[in-house]
Amino acid sequence: MARKTTQTRTAVVTVAAWTIGLLIFFPILWIIILGFKSEGDAIKTPLAVLTSDWTLASYHEVQERSNYFLHFMNSVILSLGSTLLALVIAIPAAWSMAFVPGKRTKDLLMWMLSTKMMPAVGVLVPMYLMFRDFGLLDTRIGLVVVLTLINLPIVIWMLYTYFKEIPGEILEAARMDGANLRAEILHVLTPMAVPGIASTVLLNVILAWNEAFWTLQLTTSSAAPLTQFIASYSSPEGLFYAKLSAASTMAIAPILILGWFSQKQLVRGLTFGAVK
Amino acid sequence: MATEHSRTAARLMVSPAVILLFLWMIVPLAMTVYFSFLRYNLLMPGMESFTGFDNYYYFLSNSAFMDALVNTLLLVGGVLVITIFGGVALALLLDQPFKGQGIVRIMVIAPFFVMPTVSALVWKNMFMNPVNGMFAHIAKTFGFQPFDFLAHAPLASIILIVAWSWLPFSTLILLTALQSLDQEQMEAAEMDGASWMNRFIYLTVPHLTRSITVVILIQTIFLLSVFAEILVTTNGGPGTASTNIPYLVYAQSLLNYDVGGGSAGGIIAVILANIVAVFLMRMIGKNLET
Repeated sequence: MARKTTQTRTAVVTVAAWTIGLLIFFPILWIIILGFKSEGDAIKTPLAVLTSDWTLASYHEVQERSNYFLHFMNSVILSLGSTLLALVIAIPAAWSMAFVPGKRTKDLLMWMLSTKMMPAVGVLVPMYLMFRDFGLLDTRIGLVVVLTLINLPIVIWMLYTYFKEIPGEILEAARMDGANLRAEILHVLTPMAVPGIASTVLLNVILAWNEAFWTLQLTTSSAAPLTQFIASYSSPEGLFYAKLSAASTMAIAPILILGWFSQKQLVRGLTFGAVK
Repeated sequence: MATEHSRTAARLMVSPAVILLFLWMIVPLAMTVYFSFLRYNLLMPGMESFTGFDNYYYFLSNSAFMDALVNTLLLVGGVLVITIFGGVALALLLDQPFKGQGIVRIMVIAPFFVMPTVSALVWKNMFMNPVNGMFAHIAKTFGFQPFDFLAHAPLASIILIVAWSWLPFSTLILLTALQSLDQEQMEAAEMDGASWMNRFIYLTVPHLTRSITVVILIQTIFLLSVFAEILVTTNGGPGTASTNIPYLVYAQSLLNYDVGGGSAGGIIAVILANIVAVFLMRMIGKNLET
């Protein structure tokens, strides 16, 4: 009897979970499907869409008409560039705060976090004018700097929480054995910290890839990443469902795959270590 | 423990980050404050003049500001309600053992990785479009008139789109929290005859409270600055029906070229965000001590 109720329960849970999961995932699934249809078929009723022919035409057209590859490369350069730059600044900072904490370390960390709370619109006007005056509008370098700065607090925080978990005694021991600071970082800390650094990189690449305030405000064409490229579809000419779907699929696919690998780190990174 | 030498080194290593963040926080913000006291229009360069609090007065007394403030609060509140209740329910469901748990989990968190411009455009065209959207097709199948979501319920539609993007976040965090729930305690309560409802109210909910607070605070920070979703779906319209404060500031400064007014709006947005931030910082600060 008890066994039977458990079985029924599991069946109900399975059906419910799969139904809800599929519903939530459906919009993504649907654009993947529409991307392989012709424009004429993509606007038909859902059943007619499913039974129509499959084609790669939209993918070709997206690349030909709007140079998808340029925007893809911009997204790669912006997200990787800003992540690497942030790491270079953040690793020493997080290291020193985790292993040589001072009286003010906690305040310093909280202050860094507080810079993240500033809404972007608060500094939109001066940033836009500075970019205009320095000729940085629509340049990759300008955007890399902005993306580095907005994600720097998260990078420092994530690295800090990971470094905190490395036992300090090991560093003490290395120091006793005569390792200097450089050797300490290079040969003792780095190997132990690599998993934490990797998670930080992953999360930061995802955040930078999807950033859609500064990328929309400060780029137009030549430095435009995929966020801006997709936004250009908001005032389309003619039939465009299949092309929008193909472009969207290509824009989200890399990050979707990265994201699935980083579920756990995501929780930790986005809650600043408050939930692990 | 640490020697004087390593303390100095530590300070040197932390200083680039501190200096950069300090400049990033102070310089543009100081400029915004400065611009907010100027009459400054991008179409009339060289005509800047000091006007005191006029920009604030005009920005705050403009009826668009009240609309935007209300819309901002509705957007934040609406998305929070959907994602918290939905997130708790989903987390409880996904925490049960069932076949294909891993795959369902992956499907549920996927929307979080979709960039805002993609999710907004996909919902706008493929689902909410009154002619070719899926909802229109479904309505027609059952003999109803298709509903033009973004024209007649723009804010509600945007809330739905943003909630879809954020539901995975709350679900994932609450699921992580649920998995750290003490199973022995749960079993003990069950043996003592506590009903499912009682176990949920007296054990699960208190355990989740902290995570729910974290979710609310972090989402609020991000939701206060929703922008891309509005830009590509409704452009804040019709009228100001879906304009929130970030969009209003953008429209004022970069569409109307009113740098002074836009800056005043920016400062107001900063003040609003700070009110939320104070609570969030306290939460996270407490957590640092333990």
